[in-house]
Amino acid sequence: MRGERVSAHLPMEAEVVERVQESPTIFTLRLRFTDPTQHAAYRFVPGQFNMLYLYGVGEIPISIVSDPEDETVIDHAIRVVGRVTRGFKELKAGDRIGIRGPYGSGWPLRQAERQDVLVVTGGLGCAPVVSVINFIMRRRARFGRLTIMQGVKHADDLIWRARYEAWAKLPNTTVLIAADVGAPLWPWHIGRVTELFDSIELDPLRTVAMLCGPEVMMDIAARQLTGRGVPEAGIWLSLERSMHCAVGLCGHCQIGGQFVCKDGPIFHYGAIRPLFGTRGL
Amino acid sequence: MKGADVLWLSRQDIGSLFAALSSAGYRCIGPQVRDGTIVYDTLENADGLPRGVTSTQAPGEYRVTIGNSPRTFSWANGPQALKPFTFSPRETLWRAERGDDAAIRFIETATDPELLALIAVRACDLAALLLQDQHFLDGQYPDPHYAARRRSLFVVAVHCSAPAATCFCASTGDGPRAQSDFDLALSELDEGFLVEAGSARGVTVLKQLPTRPASTAERDLAAHELKQAAAQQRRLPGKNLRDALFANLEHPRWEQVAGRCLACGNCTAVCPSCFCHAEVEVPRLDAAASEHVREWDSCFTQLHSYIHGLTVRSDRRARYRQWVTHKLGSWHDQYGRSGCVGCGRCITWCPVGIDITEEAAAICGESA
Repeated sequence: MRGERVSAHLPMEAEVVERVQESPTIFTLRLRFTDPTQHAAYRFVPGQFNMLYLYGVGEIPISIVSDPEDETVIDHAIRVVGRVTRGFKELKAGDRIGIRGPYGSGWPLRQAERQDVLVVTGGLGCAPVVSVINFIMRRRARFGRLTIMQGVKHADDLIWRARYEAWAKLPNTTVLIAADVGAPLWPWHIGRVTELFDSIELDPLRTVAMLCGPEVMMDIAARQLTGRGVPEAGIWLSLERSMHCAVGLCGHCQIGGQFVCKDGPIFHYGAIRPLFGTRGL
Repeated sequence: MKGADVLWLSRQDIGSLFAALSSAGYRCIGPQVRDGTIVYDTLENADGLPRGVTSTQAPGEYRVTIGNSPRTFSWANGPQALKPFTFSPRETLWRAERGDDAAIRFIETATDPELLALIAVRACDLAALLLQDQHFLDGQYPDPHYAARRRSLFVVAVHCSAPAATCFCASTGDGPRAQSDFDLALSELDEGFLVEAGSARGVTVLKQLPTRPASTAERDLAAHELKQAAAQQRRLPGKNLRDALFANLEHPRWEQVAGRCLACGNCTAVCPSCFCHAEVEVPRLDAAASEHVREWDSCFTQLHSYIHGLTVRSDRRARYRQWVTHKLGSWHDQYGRSGCVGCGRCITWCPVGIDITEEAAAICGESA
């Protein structure tokens, strides 16, 4: 009979190692499984997510931002948006939560080796690709030109600003940032991130593009890229949907025939393109 | 139906089926009239079967009538499918406990269901059971709660000779004859039942019943009634509407049906294949423990597509479109066939009588 294995629903206990406030509404939760054996056995790839459980309140999906080879902690960048995240904001070192995962697909980092990488993000949802940028920076020689295009609503929303400034100074690396609303001494573009495509150098046949942010932004970005000659096979994107189970059973995360939790959250553009641009799918 | 394997059980001996199943350790679950509908619940013997009961169904209408026929399975399905027996409407998946220290303990809730014999399962519901098996058991993370309940079922199917006007199982290819995955299958005639076994367990039970080989006349009459039952008026405009539906995501009919739809979720509650569920947290008042509970959900609710600050499907048009494009369309991508088994419940139990076959035909046109 099918279905003999132990439930994939059951969280494991994790301890908060540190909580780092990144902006007024965004913080990083650094976690460690309380069972050292579980911690040592845990493996993930950038782009995957965990279900994090706040005692007595519930579970939410959060992408992993730490490096897969970091054996000390598992980091999650979290924005305060609801009941669970408001509770997480109050956690201190030593507090316990539940964690299960990792779930979903990762970014195509193997395919991107020896290629140029273009990272395009918008809104505040940059966390899933920051893990990719960090991953590439630590293994810089394996990748070609790195272009980072980040859009934010307001200049104040840009977290990890020092990191972007440091990246911008590195060879073979371009950082372009756009804010819908600027601020005094804002050195970057004011407007949409998708307005920056004309100003980037692009070798379309050796570019792997990774997009993350609002679907309208990704739709426009993907069409600009295909317009510049980047083949569909070179474009990947991260989708966000409601998730309760993370294992393809609860049905909330569906878009067309895809379950975002298990078929994604990182999708090949071709798998999503027919559904892009239709509101409410 | 291979003649040699089909046996005859006379009407006065139907009680022996209940006795054999009970002595094999099963609680018998059978059809019975309650609150003006046919439901499945515990039935200790054959006396409680709905003798002479028929049902009249139309979009938004359902009536049970009790007549003089000796037959006990002359009704078409009521609102309740088999779903609650395998996919529980509400169950605790796990429990978290916290003592005085910071530590949290996670305790899995074991599902240890009793053995159930489901009696008078229709072909549509049997097909839906297989769809739910695919969803809950065949993926990377098979569901142990569903698996435990599914394992404890003994299925006695009834080849359906009494479809309602809302039924369209013939057009989906799922009925009216139960095709496989039953332990026993019955065909009902006035004087008794033709019985066939579909599994080794079924053979064991069948051997205990006072049967004789069915006569050619009995087999011919049962086949004739089944053929008549297949002559249904309602039909879907094709078995695979995936491409036609996704080519028509902006069809004006979606807006038109949204004007009638109440987004009540009745269709998803009575649908035997709908699998969506929410996971909710129920903490104890003293906060010493918290239950993580799974309960049925519906894609017609506002929260179904809610992500922080945004409801992806914010209106009835998007929600009805999601339900139909999933059920008849993207289900093909996920499970290799349509998610509709033609039971017609969503038509009968829609308070405003929206008919999925009519909407599908309007949206897909005759091209499908």
